[in-house]
Amino acid sequence: MKRILGVLALLVVLYGGLVGTYVQTAPGHEPAARTRERITGNLIDVGNIQGRYGLITVGAALVIITGGIDLSVGSVVGLAAVLFGVLMEAGVHPYLAALIVVLAGAAIGLGNGLLITQLRLQPFLATLCGMFVYRGAARLLAGTVSRSKAVEVHPEFADPLQTIRYLLVGKDATGELVFPAQFVLLLVVAAVVAFFLHRTAYGRYWYAIGYNEQAAKYAGVAVDRQRVVVYVACSALAALAGVLLFLDMPSIQSDSGGLYLELYAILGAVLGGCSLRGGEGTAVGMVLGAMVLPVLENLVNLRGLESNVIPAVIGLTLLVGTIVDEFIRRRSRLNR
Amino acid sequence: MPPARIEATGIHKQFPGVIALDGVSLALAPGEVLAVVGENGAGKSTLMKVLAGVYQPDAGEVRLDGNPVRFAGPGDAARAGVVLIHQELNQAENLSVTDNLFLGREPTTAGPLRVLDRRAMADRAGELLARVGLPASRAATRVESFSPGEKQLVEIARALGTAVRVLIMDEPTSSLTQRETERLYEVIAGLKAAGVSVLYISHRLAEVRRCADRVTVLRDGRNAGELPRDQITHDNMVRLMVGRDLRQFFPRDHRDRSGAGDVILSVSALRYAGGPPHPVSLDVQAGEVLGMAGLVGAGRTELAEAVFGVRWAVAGGIAVAGEPVRVGSPRDAIRAGVLLVPEDRRLHGLVLEEGVGFNLSLPNLDRLGSWVGVRGGAEAALHRTWIDRLRVRTPSAAQPAGLLSGGNQQKVVFGKWLARGPRVLILDEPTRGVDVGAKAEIYALIDELAGQGVAVWMITSDMEELLGMSDRVAVMHEGRLAGELARDALTEESVMRLATGG
Repeated sequence: MKRILGVLALLVVLYGGLVGTYVQTAPGHEPAARTRERITGNLIDVGNIQGRYGLITVGAALVIITGGIDLSVGSVVGLAAVLFGVLMEAGVHPYLAALIVVLAGAAIGLGNGLLITQLRLQPFLATLCGMFVYRGAARLLAGTVSRSKAVEVHPEFADPLQTIRYLLVGKDATGELVFPAQFVLLLVVAAVVAFFLHRTAYGRYWYAIGYNEQAAKYAGVAVDRQRVVVYVACSALAALAGVLLFLDMPSIQSDSGGLYLELYAILGAVLGGCSLRGGEGTAVGMVLGAMVLPVLENLVNLRGLESNVIPAVIGLTLLVGTIVDEFIRRRSRLNR
Repeated sequence: MPPARIEATGIHKQFPGVIALDGVSLALAPGEVLAVVGENGAGKSTLMKVLAGVYQPDAGEVRLDGNPVRFAGPGDAARAGVVLIHQELNQAENLSVTDNLFLGREPTTAGPLRVLDRRAMADRAGELLARVGLPASRAATRVESFSPGEKQLVEIARALGTAVRVLIMDEPTSSLTQRETERLYEVIAGLKAAGVSVLYISHRLAEVRRCADRVTVLRDGRNAGELPRDQITHDNMVRLMVGRDLRQFFPRDHRDRSGAGDVILSVSALRYAGGPPHPVSLDVQAGEVLGMAGLVGAGRTELAEAVFGVRWAVAGGIAVAGEPVRVGSPRDAIRAGVLLVPEDRRLHGLVLEEGVGFNLSLPNLDRLGSWVGVRGGAEAALHRTWIDRLRVRTPSAAQPAGLLSGGNQQKVVFGKWLARGPRVLILDEPTRGVDVGAKAEIYALIDELAGQGVAVWMITSDMEELLGMSDRVAVMHEGRLAGELARDALTEESVMRLATGG
């Protein structure tokens, strides 16, 4: 609970800064209504990005709760986006292609899970290898993919592509963002995850496995199966994010699409209250944690700072958050 | 004769390099309480794990109500009514008491969704907790805030929640207070009356005498003998366990040493971060064994940790041989010759994955090397010396410490400090989880050290040990020193009166 309050406070500060910056930099002659409109528009833009980050954060957080880690998320996002494009260029209908991509993601997760549970590889290592392998696979498949390329080869895909783009990303034919569809999608996914995490026996198993795998095993929990399940969920969500990335962006480079997203996802999960030691984290926290980075990036951009400072700002934010968190925890332990 | 509730015949179990069980048999009737005793390494825990499906036997047969069974795992055994409560508690401490009570067998909706029936969980949890004497109001709290004794009771409540027919407990009372232990006896009596068979491992012989119908003794992975109820005596059990008579179990002569030696360790008005608001003062003399009694949670371990520099002192201080010492970390304490054999040796005493030699060397590296590195010859000599002198039973200095029996692990912890030459030795539960044979060796060692002028401060919850080894006893109660007992005033009653705040 305390950890959620922390990230909430952080978000309030960031959003406050965002709105403040808008008001402060608004041209003197601009009517207030127009400023409000611009703020709303910007918040929706940010919300859309938050939604996509959120999906991979939720997946990564599930793995982290069970005491694992998945470093292949970013590469899976990239591979999924490229695969989506390549499939459509090969004539697979966009709806079917999206489904195939998500299933392929699930298959990757299954692979990760089996390596970790059956061959007993350390999650860090198994998924670090995956990170390189899937990035490489994406680069072998294609250099660049885009909606325009797919439509060029198969003009009949223009309509269905636009339909799912509108449904999943919220952008109309002109490229205007109508509603933050990705954020809506995140809320739906988060609600499902919250249900499983907090209301079903599976959630209890994930927490138990993350905190004390032996305890879960002795309680008769099918530990390996549960571990595999969360890796499948994580990679499938990453693949879904890849599809969204493809639909959102004008084009995707296979060597940079989704790059570093695994670290963003882990960061979001930790900001949202997950402990890398496992056994801690809530669905609400994951969503809140995922919301931090996009706002932060947006704020840096708005304030006219050079975008090169973004990584440093992100790193420092997490560091400060971690220090504060550790401090609170130490105090509460002493007071017990 | 009706078939036994559970019966094991000719159980063999081998691990790499060790034959843990070599043809052990055992039978238990419905409603019978059987205590299994034996030195550590005798195979008790392995046998329990075989019965509960954690291990599969290499040979031999387990029958439940006359039918041969082969459990695939602990969950499988639990479904058949055979439940093991572990020596090292296995709980998901990040979950609530209720969640732990039902972990792995939550009441849920049918179908693959398995939505938790939280009302049923709450109702059942209150009921189960009441049976072990814990208030239902604590069902929603996380287990991590519980004392070790309370965690044990939660674990027992968990077993009660299943249709348990055979309850196996591995040293259930090792972390319980007197009151919790009494409560456990009542629970066992209730189970017995309900026809549940109880298998019970214990190192506390007095306890075995009190609650078992029958005792089976194991030695070196074999049956060493059985004692019916009327023959359960301390001497009989010890004789079967070690295969010889143990006279001179406690070597202390208990001369009155008060004022005989210089005060080596002087703790004055010490308070530490996160501790109780009462300052504690304490003196330990050269050559004496100061016993420290108290209930679990009385603050004994914490006080020792504050003296050793693990916890921060916020007021008062300590002096060693009259010299004030500022102890900001264990490094400072060690430099002053104040050494701690910690309560949890697997967590704080040893690096389990590393070898015996590695562990012996660890605090002595400053003396073993120069700036170019550790001198191999000196290190090997140190290993040989202490493995021999303490009779650590290990195939080599390279054997991972975690693979030794409890008693031998403890000897390694002693060894790493003795190699430094202690002035003050703080022993926190020095023989917990240690078998009888090694116990006797450790007692002899403590006696010898005191004879050499070391000031020994021994924290213990084992009454026999306290009475048998202490020259003087300090009793703690809820964070303060409740009183001191000289040798001639030392009785079980006087200790318990102080410990319970009377």
